Amino acid sequence: MNNNKFTSPEDLNRLRERLVKQREEGRIIITVCAGTGCLACGCEAVTAAFREALKENQLEDKVEIRTTGCHGFCERGPLVVLRPEGTFYQRVKPADAKLIVEQTIKHGKLVNKLLYRDPQTKEVIVKEDDIPFYSKQMRLIFGMNGHMDPTSINDYIALGGYQALAKALLTMTPEQVIDEVKKSGLRGRGGGGYHAGKKWASCRRAKGEPKYVICNADEGDPGAFMDRSLLEGNPHGVIEGMVIGAFAIGSHDGYVYVRNEYPLAVKNLNIAVDAAREHGFLGDNIFGSSFNFDIDVSRGGGAFVCGESTALMASLEGKIGEPRAKYVHTVDAGLWDKPSNLNNVETWANVPLIIEKGADWYSRIGTASSKGTKVFALTGKINNTGLVEVPMGITLREIIFDIGGGPPKGKKFKAVQTGGPSGGTLVVETREPKVHESLVAHGDIRDEEEVVSLLDLPVDFDELTKVGSMMGSGGMIVMDQDSCMVDVAKYFLNFLQEESCGKCTPCREGLRITLEILTRISEGKGQMEDLDTLEEISQVMIDTCLCQLGGSAPNPVLSTIRYFRQEYLAHIVEKRCPAGVCKELVSHAIDETCTGCHVCFSVCPTNAIIGQTKTLHVIDQDACIQCGACYQLCRFDSIKRVKRGEGDAIQYVAKEKWHPPVKKKAAAVA
Amino acid sequence: MSLPVEAQDELEQIITSIVDRYKAKPTALIMALQDIQKYYHYLPIEALKLIAKKMNLPVAQLFGVATFFKAFSLTPKGKHHMCVCTGTACHVRQAGVIVDNLSRSLGINPGETTPDGEISFETVNCIGACALGPVITVDDEYHGHMTVAKLNKVLDDLRGKKTAEEMVEEVQ
Ligand SMILES: Cc1cc2nc3c(=O)[nH]c(=O)nc-3n(C[C@H](O)[C@H](O)[C@H](O)COP(=O)(O)O)c2cc1C
Ligand code: SF4
Ligand code: FES
Repeated sequence: MNNNKFTSPEDLNRLRERLVKQREEGRIIITVCAGTGCLACGCEAVTAAFREALKENQLEDKVEIRTTGCHGFCERGPLVVLRPEGTFYQRVKPADAKLIVEQTIKHGKLVNKLLYRDPQTKEVIVKEDDIPFYSKQMRLIFGMNGHMDPTSINDYIALGGYQALAKALLTMTPEQVIDEVKKSGLRGRGGGGYHAGKKWASCRRAKGEPKYVICNADEGDPGAFMDRSLLEGNPHGVIEGMVIGAFAIGSHDGYVYVRNEYPLAVKNLNIAVDAAREHGFLGDNIFGSSFNFDIDVSRGGGAFVCGESTALMASLEGKIGEPRAKYVHTVDAGLWDKPSNLNNVETWANVPLIIEKGADWYSRIGTASSKGTKVFALTGKINNTGLVEVPMGITLREIIFDIGGGPPKGKKFKAVQTGGPSGGTLVVETREPKVHESLVAHGDIRDEEEVVSLLDLPVDFDELTKVGSMMGSGGMIVMDQDSCMVDVAKYFLNFLQEESCGKCTPCREGLRITLEILTRISEGKGQMEDLDTLEEISQVMIDTCLCQLGGSAPNPVLSTIRYFRQEYLAHIVEKRCPAGVCKELVSHAIDETCTGCHVCFSVCPTNAIIGQTKTLHVIDQDACIQCGACYQLCRFDSIKRVKRGEGDAIQYVAKEKWHPPVKKKAAAVA
Repeated sequence: MSLPVEAQDELEQIITSIVDRYKAKPTALIMALQDIQKYYHYLPIEALKLIAKKMNLPVAQLFGVATFFKAFSLTPKGKHHMCVCTGTACHVRQAGVIVDNLSRSLGINPGETTPDGEISFETVNCIGACALGPVITVDDEYHGHMTVAKLNKVLDDLRGKKTAEEMVEEVQ
């Protein structure tokens, strides 16, 4: 091999075989997840502690430490997996490293306290693959993350990396590659769900040189982080996909537009691009063929609207990131007015898989109109927060309950929001909100609406659109009984208003007015006409906004009105926030379950809490500013959020009913 | 805000090296601004003018870009940087309560800096640690599962750290 560059697939295979053999020599590998989630939990200290422990036990040359990208199970981080056995340790602290080395690695004994215990069945699970969170997933794209160090190109090659590129470049014509991608049914993972093969074909046909291939890693959706984890954990997969795409389209220049707020993704991507170039997967004469292609990594400014194709291209050109009207498509005139093909990170990562295993294999996964898998960022009020990759067509129920483990603390599941700020909130079950029972006023309006259950909806581009939401980029936010839907709509509209570029009037003004109305409703100043006005403005925005930021902005509003009309009415008519979230409509009050633990006393910024240890505490209703500090803190659920003005009534009842805590309870408090 | 004269030479040097690094390509404009902001914690007006000259772009375009992206600031930031995540996952876990309380404790709104120039406070959308929500970062250090009580402690620590540093300075 001449200066590290591969000029033929045989070279690549030889290296791969050598690496695989090395891997199979039975060395124990300690994989430590070093994705952003685990980094935030302090996994770096854990890695350092492992180094130390191995040194102490003179095992440095027998055991390897591999820091990998995100494994997905962020909730349990920092994660440590011992390979090849696959022993899974969770919430590992630096002090545990020594224990793991001395017990498990030296003596094959498990460290029980670090094993995963199923919260429902209480069963202890040893192997990573047996944990329900993983076993119900289909980790085609994401699974490699846990097996490689993203900064090592050899790890990627050992796992079969760049084989698809060799196949495409040396055994297929560009047209065949496009046909294969078309046949696979791959649709864009960035939100729109446009057929990737079709887009490539139009770009190939378009007149003009040079052509550009761009990867959209702007990921502006607040609450989604799968693109980031892919770039952090498997940057070569994305690069390989882009090179194959460029070959098919006939492009020699590629860009990755990644937000600057993702420092680790930027770093790993740059390392990977350099390594790929060094090995001849980027640059001139790739694999000794006549095909040239290189990638520039461009750090974006991190505006949501810059994820939109024309805004992204403007921003890449060093201009303000404003969208333009799209009667001329970007595949014909995009970056510098040249034909440009933009795809999402995850879309690119799917490409090597399709080429390697074939469209027939790929298209067997999923539903009739949506093929393959999709990575979701499962967050919010859910036990197993993290990244999950599931085959298209799986039901929301399976994702939320089987994989996600449902809402924490036994709270009632209320809704799930998919598609980010442009998506919709889907009701799945409505339950009696958290209001003190003695005060639940049973208004007539309460019983009108029937409960709509969409939990068994299959995850599929078209099915989700049909019910008023969308696949979007893959954020999936679960809400429980304590989430207020008016507040959620207000949150998204506020986000969108801040992020709107302001170029076109319906979006700029429509968002402002919509937000004004929602704010009014959340403050108990809404009127019945407001709901109609909201729907009317929404329709105008859908019809007339220049880009999809404005065009899909009404989704969160319309879908919450559609499925949670009751909750809007409670705010408007009864001036009540059933979930107790909207500050202007709630009062904080302490009920008779107070144990007198006195913890809330000092946290109140206005000294509104009165009481001494082991006595019933009371909130001075006039002094309380509803900041919620005490509510967060109370471990006995004794602080209630009730309709504004009814706090005193609750506290009056509490006074009547309260008993000093019995011994047992006092012990629990201590 | 403009820079004192003696800082101008340094600025000239820094900008030359940054512009050279990206070979004055317009696609790198945002990156160049990010690098300058990283160094100064804000974008001095002189820097914008200088870049415009070196990259041969209209100053108006630079101001346009610098004011379009929220990440850029034309005014200096505080010594410490506190950031509350208000991404969706954190929002449904009551990040709003944290924002309100921090605002009240510091006496400033998000996006502002305390008058003594010590602490800047911002909100950000999703920092990828949703499992820890609500999350805040203090000088790039993550603090997860925030409550108001924890927040008060973080603030005390931060202020404590400050006085400790000052004490060292005084001794020296
Ligand atoms: C306001 C707005 C924001 C968007 N943000 C993103 C984003 O962050 N990431 C992304 O991949 N696509 C985003 N898109 C979709 C892109 O415009 C584009 O459809 C997509 O990148 C195309 O790639 P795909 O076909 O592979 O999905 C956004 C669209 C709009 C209208
Ligand atoms: S719809 Fe909104 S974000 Fe899109 S171009 Fe118009 S103002 Fe800008
Ligand atoms: S929403 Fe706060 S870290 Fe993701």
